[in-house]
Amino acid sequence: MQNRRPPAIDAQELFFKVEAKTLLDGVDLHADHGRMVGLIGPNGAGKSTFLRAISGVLRLQGGSIHLDGRDMQSLTSREVAADMAIVPQILPYTHGFTVMELVLMGRYPHLGRFQIEGKEDARIAWDAMRLTETEQFSDRRLDTLSGGERQRVIVSRALAQLPRILLLDEPTANLDVLQQLKVLGLVRELVDEGLTAIAAIHDLTLAARFCDRLVLLSEGRVLAAGQPNEILTTDRIAAAFGVEAAVYRDPNTGSLAISLIGPAEAHKPKANGRSACV
Amino acid sequence: MLRVAALSRIEVYRRAGVSVRLVLGGGVLSLLILACALVSLSLGPVGIPVSHVASVILALLGIDGGEFSRTEQLVIEQIRLPRIVVGAAVGMALGVSGATMQGLFRNPMADPGIIGVSAGGAVGAVAAIALGATGLFFLALPTFAFVGAISATFLVYGIAAVGGHFSMATLLLAGVAVNAFLGAIVSAIIILLPDNEALREILFWLAGGLDSRSWEHVRISVPLIFGGAAVITLMARDLNLLTLGDDEARSMGVRVGYMRTVLMTAAALATGAAVAVSGTIAFVGLVTPHILRLVLGPDHRVLIPMSAIGGAIFVVVADTFARTVIQPAEFRVGVLTAFVGAPFFILLLIKNKRQAYSL
Ligand SMILES: Nc1ncnc2c1ncn2[C@@H]1O[C@H](COP(=O)(O)OP(=O)(O)OP(=O)(O)O)[C@@H](O)[C@H]1O
Ligand SMILES: [Mg+2]
Repeated sequence: MQNRRPPAIDAQELFFKVEAKTLLDGVDLHADHGRMVGLIGPNGAGKSTFLRAISGVLRLQGGSIHLDGRDMQSLTSREVAADMAIVPQILPYTHGFTVMELVLMGRYPHLGRFQIEGKEDARIAWDAMRLTETEQFSDRRLDTLSGGERQRVIVSRALAQLPRILLLDEPTANLDVLQQLKVLGLVRELVDEGLTAIAAIHDLTLAARFCDRLVLLSEGRVLAAGQPNEILTTDRIAAAFGVEAAVYRDPNTGSLAISLIGPAEAHKPKANGRSACV
Repeated sequence: MLRVAALSRIEVYRRAGVSVRLVLGGGVLSLLILACALVSLSLGPVGIPVSHVASVILALLGIDGGEFSRTEQLVIEQIRLPRIVVGAAVGMALGVSGATMQGLFRNPMADPGIIGVSAGGAVGAVAAIALGATGLFFLALPTFAFVGAISATFLVYGIAAVGGHFSMATLLLAGVAVNAFLGAIVSAIIILLPDNEALREILFWLAGGLDSRSWEHVRISVPLIFGGAAVITLMARDLNLLTLGDDEARSMGVRVGYMRTVLMTAAALATGAAVAVSGTIAFVGLVTPHILRLVLGPDHRVLIPMSAIGGAIFVVVADTFARTVIQPAEFRVGVLTAFVGAPFFILLLIKNKRQAYSL
């Protein structure tokens, strides 16, 4: 492996605050080509904020982001969107658009100003829907679908963007167990073919199983980053989440599994947590 | 059974590609507006057979041959045609701006007046009448109304953009507040006005009307309205993405702030021009896009051009009724659009609610 190639995404010292509250406090994160990075951390840790920051949606107050060695500030939003797609945590309002129409919108960054989507775009959209098994809904209005069905449609739209980098914010939050495995398995397959993915995932077992690296965020800072077995230790889970957990290698799946036993008893939040993780 | 058939036909239309829907919808609506215009041109105190109307129009376009009298030609050329053209342009502006506002505000209940255009236009017009400026020069009233309309929009937009952080929610609230404030100004002027003649003129203007519109009115309004509608049509795909929210649109590559400003300016100019030549005509901007969205789907690349023609049909038909039902007197077209539009809209809402539950 040559290490010369710059990482697909390299975020350094990201800083973002709203009024008095600091949401990102010097976050560093990089993802190499063909890797899947998992973002874990408690509610309000800043995972969604971080993903929005690197997708270019937020205007940062500090730090830099490089895509493939190119400073993101020098790229137009179209150029960024042609490279990178995001699956948001929530999509509250869709104006009555159908599934097909929404997935086709993913083609926006690849079309000229006055160009109408052609056969090729329709084919890409159709393929993207097939990958998430949503093609049977193509003519339905998105607002008539169930939460999980909607989420898969949004994954399809991101795939129709044909991104080289895919950001996913809780892609499995609304999915049944089978679909969780299918969607993460699909992303993993695409990653093995060269896609780079960063996914915020709450289920630590799934995160450990599908990701190459994990980044643990808490209160807008990176507490730890590394391979799943380095990050997911009993101590650290207790410190970051306040949960007593057992970590072991599951003989059935061959990867790390985390059993959540209960709220950690002697959980002393911040001071302890931070020192325990250094 | 019937309803099911109708619904699935709607689904077929919606599924059809953008170009198919544009050609089909555009063809049907264009034929409809032409037919409405021809019939409207033939109706009035002087009845003119449709065949003569067609001959006059053809002669205007340089194709001679049909028969018509000199009076018929004058009535059509100088009275009815400019009025219908102004009406169609006004309807076009309201339809397009309505669809645009509904997309930008992500709310099918938004109206072109939401950003203060109509209320601002009213203040301008009322001020012109109260100050006696209408006698100063021929187009004083539309000029005042247009200036009022555009100033009010800038005020609303400025409030929402204060501090560099633009928000649609603030825009909506600022619009409500400015609308209320401008409405109060109009009421105050009406109450304080000693002159009964001027009062009547104001009430007439507020009710919206197209009586005695001339080619001058066409000349001042049509370029702005066509320009605005064309800009919005060309940006319809961006508008599609904007309806999903700023973050969504930005993450897919839309220059959100720029697009929104352009779309809103285009809609404000078109509506301002419409208000200037017609007063406030209610409901066209709300009802037209709503019905078309039910049939053709929400894609703005189809919806915007179709709302242009649809709005034109709505206003031309309403105005034809307004000037013919109680001849020789005239009804105000703005009263008529609300009178017919509002109940129709309520029916539609009730019907759709039932459908939504049965889905
Ligand atoms: N506009 C805002 N103003 C103030 N605080 C905000 C704002 N947006 C987000 N926050 C706060 O920033 C923190 C980080 O939010 P973020 O959505 O990034 O968390 P998250 O890690 O994605 O959490 P979750 O697991 O619940 O999705 C939260 O505490 C949230 O309340
Ligand atoms: Mg989140």
